[in-house]
Amino acid sequence: MNFGKENYLSPDRDRLIISKGHAGVITAPILADLGIMDEALLPSYNHTGSPFGVHLDKRKVKGLEASTGSLGHGLSIGLGLAMAARLNQKDYTTYVLLGDGECDEGSIWEAAMSAAHFKMTNLITLVDRNNCMIDGRTEDVMALEPFADKWRAFGFEVMEIDGHLFPEIISALEKAKANKTDKPVCIILNTFKGEGVGFMRDNYKWHYGTLNEEQLAEAFADLEAYETARIARAEKEGK
Amino acid sequence: MKEYAMISEEARSTTEAFGKALTSLADEHKDVVALSADLAGSVKVTLMQKKYPERVFDVGIAEQNMVSMAAGLALGGLVPFAATFSVFLSLRDLDQLHTDICYQDLNVKMLGSHGGTSFSQAGSTHHALEDIAALRGMANLTIICPADYVETQLATKAAYEKYGPIYIRINRGTDYDVYNTESYGFEIGKSVLMNEGNDFTCIACGSMVHEALVAARSLKEKGVDLRVINMHTIKPIDKDAILKAMKETGGIVTAEDHNVIGGLGSAVSEVVAENGGAKKFKRLGVPDEFSIIGARKDILAHYEIDAAGIEKNVLALLNK
Repeated sequence: MNFGKENYLSPDRDRLIISKGHAGVITAPILADLGIMDEALLPSYNHTGSPFGVHLDKRKVKGLEASTGSLGHGLSIGLGLAMAARLNQKDYTTYVLLGDGECDEGSIWEAAMSAAHFKMTNLITLVDRNNCMIDGRTEDVMALEPFADKWRAFGFEVMEIDGHLFPEIISALEKAKANKTDKPVCIILNTFKGEGVGFMRDNYKWHYGTLNEEQLAEAFADLEAYETARIARAEKEGK
Repeated sequence: MKEYAMISEEARSTTEAFGKALTSLADEHKDVVALSADLAGSVKVTLMQKKYPERVFDVGIAEQNMVSMAAGLALGGLVPFAATFSVFLSLRDLDQLHTDICYQDLNVKMLGSHGGTSFSQAGSTHHALEDIAALRGMANLTIICPADYVETQLATKAAYEKYGPIYIRINRGTDYDVYNTESYGFEIGKSVLMNEGNDFTCIACGSMVHEALVAARSLKEKGVDLRVINMHTIKPIDKDAILKAMKETGGIVTAEDHNVIGGLGSAVSEVVAENGGAKKFKRLGVPDEFSIIGARKDILAHYEIDAAGIEKNVLALLNK
């Protein structure tokens, strides 16, 4: 993405809309790592008077493109941003990250229909397909399958990849940007909620939760082991 | 009557006023874009569409997408006008309007036509009696309800000039002209004194401004001087005009084509209650019910928000 500390206010920057606004807890540290958000604010997360909590406010968190939280809005906002690029003759790309559960919202499909109708090839949709939502597994609460076919039927070029493997993500994004059709692209990221932490992995009950000291230590240990294993595997595979 | 005000037999389409003002804004400003949801013709966005097809987006029957897309266009530096019927714009996409536009304080203008009972025979599903109530609690939002053709054009242009989310509510069909000039000093947030009088005050918006002026003419013959205030901006409300009316006149009646709960009458009553109360006070509008179906003039008469109804209520409040 053409986005960083030097150009996060530039009209030419790429845009990323985190439609699954509850991912604020991972968005803020990334913005801090990029040097855009003040890292010193991170410990104030969720504290009274803090500029940021579970769902981030774009007026208070630098580098955030949109305040999200009520689900099903992000793709339409991205559509508007992509259309603005077209009208303003800008060549930035707009990325929208959706949760799979929020695809229950009708507004997602209103936006999908429009994105295909208006041939928005400068809009790239990513869906975090972790199969989990608050009340249970997506297929138990409200079945989404055949999910990829739904996007295809709405006029999208669809890719399905392992959402935990950076090389696959990078390659899919490169393909999406090189798309020569007049269809918008949707990348379905097959993931596991809580990947890397044994007791959280693929468990919808960890959509939202608070860790006690013991769990925190276990989670850190798991993540460390997970990272080591991933690096070892990447080196072995030469990626 | 003030020199700029009039009672006219001529009624003109306020949607056409909007469409023309929008097109003229589009002529002057490249950043003006417009959206509608399969009602581009009804709200006269088509006037702009004919001239600038690439800057007008009809998203089909998908109001939620329309409003969030407008938010995205505003984030991309454009000034979108999203227009459809009031009842859908204010209720169908209320969540999008709340989170994407008002919460982010984006520069999006929203035009709701077919306000109140103006889509008379279409029935209560197409009457907008709750739009102002639903939207008045939205922080950052300005709400304007123009009285006639001239004021709709001025409000549309003023909406472009003022940063931030703005909701303009107009009617289907035609509204009687209440101004004989464009130069009466339209300003968002500042009411217009239409008729001087110290016996009683009618604070009205939209179509009810004409009705109040007709009531004032009739009351004058009966020796009652009715002050008529056009409260075209419902949020932020012009407190000074209300306080003045409380102090200088025998009481206040409000008149609006809306549920009496949550609209103009409620907004005025909040100011009245926080400032010691009025000598007499009554809200005219649709009592808390879903409106009847019929010809518009019959509906207005039924709810006593036509000239005769306003006159009757003012006389009753004055014990005459």
